[in-house]
Amino acid sequence: MPDLTPLWLTLRIAACATLLAFVFGVGFAWLTARFSFWGRDVLDAVLTLPLVMPPTVLGYYLIVVWGRNGWLGGWLNAHFGISLMFTWQGAVLAATTVAFPLLFKSARAAFEGVSSEYEQAARILGDTELRVFFRITLPLAARGLLAGTMLAFARAMGDFGATLMVAGNIEGKTQTAALAVFDAVQAGDYSLANTLVVIMSVVCVTILVMTNKLANRGRAGR
Amino acid sequence: MRLEVDIKKTLHSGDRRFELEAAFSSQDDLTVVFGASGSGKSLTIQAIAGLVAPEQGRIVVGGETLFDEQRGINLPARKRGVGYLFQDYALFPHCTVRENIAYPLKKAWPLTLSSDSRQEVAEIMASFEISHLAESYPAELSGGQKQRVALARAMIKKPSILLLDEPFSALDSMLRHRMRMELLEIRQRFDVPLVVITHDPADVEVFADTLVIFANGRVEEVSSRKKSATPEDQGWREKVCWRAQWKKEHLAAHRFVPATGI
Repeated sequence: MPDLTPLWLTLRIAACATLLAFVFGVGFAWLTARFSFWGRDVLDAVLTLPLVMPPTVLGYYLIVVWGRNGWLGGWLNAHFGISLMFTWQGAVLAATTVAFPLLFKSARAAFEGVSSEYEQAARILGDTELRVFFRITLPLAARGLLAGTMLAFARAMGDFGATLMVAGNIEGKTQTAALAVFDAVQAGDYSLANTLVVIMSVVCVTILVMTNKLANRGRAGR
Repeated sequence: MRLEVDIKKTLHSGDRRFELEAAFSSQDDLTVVFGASGSGKSLTIQAIAGLVAPEQGRIVVGGETLFDEQRGINLPARKRGVGYLFQDYALFPHCTVRENIAYPLKKAWPLTLSSDSRQEVAEIMASFEISHLAESYPAELSGGQKQRVALARAMIKKPSILLLDEPFSALDSMLRHRMRMELLEIRQRFDVPLVVITHDPADVEVFADTLVIFANGRVEEVSSRKKSATPEDQGWREKVCWRAQWKKEHLAAHRFVPATGI
């Protein structure tokens, strides 16, 4: 039985990253979908950037911001003595960043698909803005949000470049499945590589099939 | 019932500009706001409901000031206590008929409705003859059924006034007549004043005790049965209906201001 530690680590990192990406992705998506403000298009572009940039470039940016001497990393280090570099939390940071645009884009489309008339009707029927969001906007956008979340999870699981830059490739600590496959192939351990590749493929295909099903059902309506 | 509206609002869309200057009042329980599309009538009832905020002026419904720019009053829509029927009903697609109607009664806590509220929902569904649809979703309903559900939802909190935005335009002509009669009956039963927005002279004939005619963002004319020389005249409504029809054609023929879509 090959060592499956990288797989569990991957799942844990991807789960944390998806959660973080969900909170920020949904927040920014709602903001850009519901309000029009100066610089909205620029903000959208910046938030989508991780989708098109090479992961190593992204990783470099993360080091600049979160590194021991970085803008935020320096502050964290000075005040709490914490550094995210070469830790599994750093891998979460990298995975969150690469997964974020997928969630943000899907969520924005989902929110824009909710007719504002339903929200107005809810306001007239006595709802506060917070209640309108949780009773109308969120449920009506739920399918799109779920589909985006699953895509983000798949992307977070598969990241290589950004994770390598930020968290390194430390066996048992930051070595995710994607990195472990690379190491296994380099070392000629094809049985480990095969096992990891098969499991990763099955998980990703399952996620994509479920995403498509959700998207189709959403289109057909009730 | 007294409704007083005196508001100003400017809308920009691209390089087009639309100015609304609406001032009218009505003492009657049946008020029709008549005008072509883009005349500002929809914007006006949206302002009454609190969906858009005017820049200036005031709105008073039945003695309660909902909006007064000078005194800094602008009640949020949820506190205005008005009922609103959207043109295509805006029934929540993820809620059943029962959940739609119970929507305004539902509190954040407890998670289930009180037995009083459940009783109330059952009663109003019975009175609108939609009890058999309780577990259906809006997408499964016909036009007339949707309208009844939307009316039941709007009436369950006993609003001080019911605003209807082109209520019959989505229905076929047979059903239109029947729903007009049902609406009159609802008015009687719930004793609620109606404000009907329309571009259909037939609605004027059925609903206008006070007729407000809008054109190009302004009130062209207000006629009231009470103020007319012969208030008991049975032919009053037909007359204002003709008047509305004539106005509509007249204004269409003499429209030199470019149409502004709202």
